[in-house]
Parts: sequence; C-alpha cells; structure tokens
Amino acid sequence: MSSEKEPLFSSKNLKLLTTPLGAQNPITVQVLGICSALAVTAKLEPSIVMSLSVVFVLVFSNLIISLLRNTIPSRIRIIVQLTVVASLVILVDQILKAFAYEVSKQLSVFVGLIITNCIIMGRLEAFALGNKPWPSVLDGFGNAAGYGIILVIVGFVRELFGTGNLTLPGIGEIQVIPDVMYEWGYVDNGLMILPPMALITVGIIIWVQRSRNKDLIDVS
Amino acid sequence: MENLLNIFVKSIFIENMIFAYFLGMCSYLAVSKTVKTSFGLGIAVVFVLGITVPANYLLENYVLKEGALSWLGEGFETINLSFLSFIMFIAVIASMVQLVEMIVEKFAPALYTSLGIFLPLIAVNCAILGGSLFMQERDYANIGEAAVFGVGSGIGWLLAIVGIAAIREKIRYSDVPAPLRGLGITFIITGLMGIAFMSFMGIQL
Repeated sequence: MSSEKEPLFSSKNLKLLTTPLGAQNPITVQVLGICSALAVTAKLEPSIVMSLSVVFVLVFSNLIISLLRNTIPSRIRIIVQLTVVASLVILVDQILKAFAYEVSKQLSVFVGLIITNCIIMGRLEAFALGNKPWPSVLDGFGNAAGYGIILVIVGFVRELFGTGNLTLPGIGEIQVIPDVMYEWGYVDNGLMILPPMALITVGIIIWVQRSRNKDLIDVS
Repeated sequence: MENLLNIFVKSIFIENMIFAYFLGMCSYLAVSKTVKTSFGLGIAVVFVLGITVPANYLLENYVLKEGALSWLGEGFETINLSFLSFIMFIAVIASMVQLVEMIVEKFAPALYTSLGIFLPLIAVNCAILGGSLFMQERDYANIGEAAVFGVGSGIGWLLAIVGIAAIREKIRYSDVPAPLRGLGITFIITGLMGIAFMSFMGIQL
C-alpha cells in the first residue's frame, strides 16, 4: 500500500481529490456522465441523492477494480468492470427502494443508468486499472464529487427559479422566494423545470468556467 | 396496429431519447462533429436498440418478473428475480452487441467497415440500457410493442445526432464567444432543439 511510504493525504494524493472539482471536472471538462446528470436535476433533492449514489458506486468500484487489477485478464476487463459496477448499482437501488422510496420513484430508470455512466467506466479504465487502491479511492471520490457539484448547482438553480422552493433530503420542501415577492408580481419561470433548460444551464456553467480559466477554451 | 403507430411516433418525437431524457449524451457530444460519422453511429444505435429491447422484453417476462417463471411448473409462481434486472440487461446488451458485430462482419462487410468502430462503443451507450429500462418500467403488452418502441427510440436518437452534427458543421463558420466554443455552444443548441421538439408534446394520437 502506498500509505506505508507516504502520508495518507500527501500533496500528490490531495491533488487527485481536488483537480476533478475544477480544472478536470468530469462533466464540464472531460464531458463524461452527462447522460444521467441532466434528467434528474429538475429538483434539488434527487440531484443530491443521485450524487451520493454515484459517490458510493464510483469509490467502491474504483477500490474493487484496483484491488483486482493484477488478476483481471485484459481481454475480458470490460465485462468484469460491468459486473462489479452493476452489482454495486443493484445495492444502491435496493437501499433507495427500502429507505427513500419517493426519491427512488423520481429517479426511476436513472439509478440503473449509473451502470453505463461514462464517468465510472472512464475512471475504471483510466485510473483504477493502473493504480494502487488508496489513490484510486481518492480519485473516485474526487471525480464523483466533481460530478455531484455540477448536479447540485444545476438542481439548485432549476428548482429555485422554476418553482421558488428548494427540496432537501430529510427536511422536505422549503419556500425560498417570500410571498411578498409574488404579491409584487414576481412569477416563477416554469420553463426552468422542463428538460431543455438543464442543457442550457450546464452550457452557461461551462461558459462561466471557461471564461475564468482560459486554458480550458476549445481551440478547434 | 394503431397502437403500434402511436408508440412509434411517440418514441421518436414526444419522448425523444436525447431531448426528453438525455440518454446517450456522451457519444452524442463526442461523435457529432461530422454528419457522416454521426449517421453511422445513429444507424448502429437503431440496429442495436431494435434487437436488445425485444430480447430484454423476453428476458423480463419469462425469467425476471414476479411470477414470470410459472411456465417452469408448480412452485415457481412466487419467484421474483427483478432485482437482478440491471445485471441481466447489461449482460444481454454486451453479448448482443458482440453478436451483432460478428454477424455484420460476416454477412455485410461493407456495413461493417462503416459501422465497425462504433459497434463496440454502443455497449456502454446509456441510450441502449435506458431503452431496456424504460421498456421494463412501462410494461409493454407484447413483444411487438417492445420492438416498435426500440426501433422508434433508436430513430429518434438518429434524428437528434444527425441534426446536431449538421448544425455543428455550419456553426464552425460563426463567431461564437471563445469560452463558449465547442462544448458550451453544443449544449445550448441541444437545449434549443429540445425546446423545439417540445412543441410535439401536445399531440394526441
């Protein structure tokens, strides 16, 4: 284990954790895992639950694949990875159905689609297959958190402007825009909770991020 | 017959895989740089969805669903294997893609050379697994409906990727703000196309 030689949170390891949050964000820079990211973000609560599920699946699948990396024959590695990921996703799905049934209904097929989430396959291929377990865990956590941040931002913006409320897991719906505003003539933008606005919100996040960080601009 | 047509039109326009559910976005964004390649990928998706959705329909209704194993005899009526559906579906998809690849290579080499590189990619395309999961959730009445749904949503996906590729080919000559170039503008255009597709929503068939 690497932890015997270097401290658990050496600067190299910390970097694995922090770069996916910004400069190497899986959604806005690497363009992975968009599939399931956008459809669940109409409200804040499913976005948070979805992010936590992805954190769980990615951390553990990275750990398992990294532990098995020397025994997996490279020709069948995709099948092995899919099996590991699918088993973890089944676990998440069953837990959600048991303890958070309402949210699992809202997420519908998108929990299952974590299996084909490109972030997971991408990180397994690019990182876990060639690195030791502890850095793989950190890498998994960092990437899943980078994914989660975007999900939560999009969910926050869409629910706030779409309905004027915010839904938090365990607490329920909170009205954020005060009634006074509505009396003055403020109107919720119903377009925000429709699917296309998720894409436009992510587009704007990319725009803001790239204008602050010029290195990320596409030259082509 | 009317019912099948209804499902077909609905899965292409109203419940379009890309614009309503964002499925298969990864390859949609990565491969949509030219019309030619995106058309190849689109055809491959139609093909694979048209095969895997009915195959998984059979699996769902004769193996996995509660009481689906009753054809085995007495005592099997209460077995419910639906918690295994994710892993079974993905296994069916991965092996079907492999099989389709081999068949196409053997019998239609011309098609294989044009689809070749895309077929293996498709196993991890969210749209394929999504098709099977929607089929499971919506509980179609017979295999015909499932097959029509599979082909229809494949065609919807094809339509979306060819459309965005055509727009991206043109937009290369436009003066897009630098930070928005590439990915950002593609997202926003897809959003606008999605709004356009929403006008199909009120259609009653």
